[in-house]
Amino acid sequence: MSLNAVIAANRFGLGARPGDLKKLALDPKAWLLSQVGQSQATNIRSDNLLTSAQAFEALQDYQQARAAQQRAAASPSPAVSFDERVRLADLVNQTTGREIEARIQHAVTTTAPFAERWVQFWSNHFTMAARNLQTTPFPGSFEREAIRPYVWGRFEDLLVKADTHVGMLIYLDQAQSIGPNSQAAQNQQGRRRAAGLNENLAREILELHTLGADGGYSQADVTEFARALTGWTVAGPRLRRLAQDAKIGTTIFVPALHEPGARVVLGKSFPPAGENQALAILSHLARQPSVAKRIAAKVAQHFVADDPPAALVARLEASFRQSGGDLAALAKTLIQSPEAWVPEASKFKTPNDFLISTMRASGANAASTQALRATFEQLGQTPWRAPSPKGWPDVASEWAAPDAILKRIDWANLAADVIGESFQPIAFAESALGPALTDKTRTAISRAQTARQGIVLALMSPEFQRR
Amino acid sequence: MTNRRTLLTAGLSGLSLAMLGGNASFANAPQAPGKFVFIILRGAMDGLTAVVPYGDPAYRALRGAIALDAPGGAAGVLPLVEGFGLHPALKEMHGLWQKGQMSFLHAAASPYRERSHFDAQDMLEAGTPQLTSARSGWMNRALAMLPNAANQEGVAIGRTIPLVLRGPAKTTSWAPPLAPESDGDTLARLSDLYAGDAMLSNALAMAIETDRIADGGTMTSGDTGRGRQGAYAPLASAAARILAAPSGPAGAVLSFEGWDTHANQGGAQGQLANRLEALDVAIKALREGLGPVWANTSVVIATEFGRTVRVNGTGGTDHGTGGVSFLLGGAVKGGRMLGDWPSLSRLYEDRDLVPANDVRQLFAQGLTNAWGLDRQAVLSRVFSA
Repeated sequence: MSLNAVIAANRFGLGARPGDLKKLALDPKAWLLSQVGQSQATNIRSDNLLTSAQAFEALQDYQQARAAQQRAAASPSPAVSFDERVRLADLVNQTTGREIEARIQHAVTTTAPFAERWVQFWSNHFTMAARNLQTTPFPGSFEREAIRPYVWGRFEDLLVKADTHVGMLIYLDQAQSIGPNSQAAQNQQGRRRAAGLNENLAREILELHTLGADGGYSQADVTEFARALTGWTVAGPRLRRLAQDAKIGTTIFVPALHEPGARVVLGKSFPPAGENQALAILSHLARQPSVAKRIAAKVAQHFVADDPPAALVARLEASFRQSGGDLAALAKTLIQSPEAWVPEASKFKTPNDFLISTMRASGANAASTQALRATFEQLGQTPWRAPSPKGWPDVASEWAAPDAILKRIDWANLAADVIGESFQPIAFAESALGPALTDKTRTAISRAQTARQGIVLALMSPEFQRR
Repeated sequence: MTNRRTLLTAGLSGLSLAMLGGNASFANAPQAPGKFVFIILRGAMDGLTAVVPYGDPAYRALRGAIALDAPGGAAGVLPLVEGFGLHPALKEMHGLWQKGQMSFLHAAASPYRERSHFDAQDMLEAGTPQLTSARSGWMNRALAMLPNAANQEGVAIGRTIPLVLRGPAKTTSWAPPLAPESDGDTLARLSDLYAGDAMLSNALAMAIETDRIADGGTMTSGDTGRGRQGAYAPLASAAARILAAPSGPAGAVLSFEGWDTHANQGGAQGQLANRLEALDVAIKALREGLGPVWANTSVVIATEFGRTVRVNGTGGTDHGTGGVSFLLGGAVKGGRMLGDWPSLSRLYEDRDLVPANDVRQLFAQGLTNAWGLDRQAVLSRVFSA
């Protein structure tokens, strides 16, 4: 078996399941290429999951019950019974929990793990995290509705879908942004809470989703872009008056909120065009050379090395530019790049990588992944809880803290008990690492005092901790 | 030597049933079975340190720096039969010996003759002449022999059911509420494995250092301090509580880890002495926790194999063959040295204590004592499968 099979399964994918290395050994590259463009590979079972609109309604119901209760706090009889409030809160919580479980299950069991890593990369690039009650129910549906269907298409389309999704509009405060000279603002003047412009989404699109912090834009560009984005919002109960036909919990453009006039972004003028003004700006941003460069560097860093080879970045950049931001072409270029196949595994696994690859190596089925949610939290990477819109860090120095290593060892101890019921330690290491298993680790495993300790050594070995 | 070889290869049928002093008194065994406890010392306990053959002429020369003194001195062993003494840390167990509630089987081994911990533990737990693919354990098969199906239940103290208790009979497990921290031994092995990997070795070294500080710097050398493996007693107390409860299970299995003393093993004091003390404290906790039930209890303590007779270059011992096992409890007619002593004048493969006695004889004896099962039936139905 060649080392390429291991690289395909572990570096490009999410870790080998038992038998995987043998299966794909014939042609590891073809196995990866076959996953590119496969829409069913990036789809996730969603029969028991809520759409973002349904999640929005569940959240509204709970918030309204809570508000009613707060108003009635002084009165002896509760406006909404405690049980009812708990029921409504549970609906919101269950939404989050089911989404996380579905995502973990899919990653552990998928037969197209490169496609799933590709999804997770883009989901992290367009981070939409749960950070409070208002955002909690949305990251799952955001990923299913705005990321998964578009990861093999053009970058521009993914950009538009992600940044106009209900979840993102709420997460980056766009839903509340109102043009200062819009019709709605005029009507509001003199009221207590005059709403105004919120620049958050515009800023993060420029800084994180497209150009990058050093991408050559100014504060004026941010403000102008924010003005153009006004009107893009979420259909909530308060907007009923302005958009009678809108379905609650969906993205809408409300002309009455939009800042009138032409906008100048990156020196280019965008005439008034209602909702299309912001879309035109997004399209213009997606074509900037700095975007191609930045996406190339991020992809290379995620898949190959914290400090990726310049030749690889250049190759990816050229692919992005020549294909007009075709993400399937970008994935193929990555797979065909010799720099991505260097034998040394230099990427230190994130907690997400470590847990998913461990479960995959143990042959876990969907049911046995349920208890994992708490573990992601203990190891510091709860799905969709990235600390900021920047997303999870992608370099070893952020993840290899002493305490973090110790937590991995502790969890490996627990996991080893379960794994030990179906695997002998050496067989487990061979199944997960194939020819990447070093003699040194093999010897250490064979000398372990107990089968459990042997499996802990396999899981914590340098070669299993990296990909 | 030929004689012993013959005995070993002949397997159980070739062994004298009288060897362990077959116990006829249990013909009148009570209706409800007593309690049987199996304690596995994982990692291979050095039998020659636990039960010291100080009277063997070759002992002191072979053991060198880790040899213990004959009874009498401050660091001397506790007297058993003439020429043999118990490690001074095993005070509770010596008390049981004096009360006639403990016996030991030296030069004991399962039929396994290689030196892998995992395979040896599997063999110890399977109880069969060879390792087979049928993954059931001897304690489970023995449980299935209990006449009243309601009594056919065993409990594993730990997060999973070890092989010895797996099989058709009903089993449960109980684990301490908090997952134990990774033990110092595992961390030490990882430190070795990380040598040459700057990032991982630095991170682990710093983590261990932080732990040391948090620990108040009380750990001894050779021990990283973290999750020190002395905490056997709480597990024993838990086992006692579960066994002694009304309609509690008939048997329990406990695993005590951390016996793989390749370096700085120590003698009357040191690393291994600390483990032995922890074992002794656990036995006391078990006896006290069982209260009156102790009178109907037998306990077998065994390990997967013994260790090399000679000391290695790092003050420890390596994987060997013959080891020592104990049978103790209120239901045991003890105070005896069981089996043959092969002497240290000739070693197995010129390195190990000769495996003169089949440890499964002791298992059968323990099951007979606790559960009143017919010894012959146990030997044929549980240990020859």
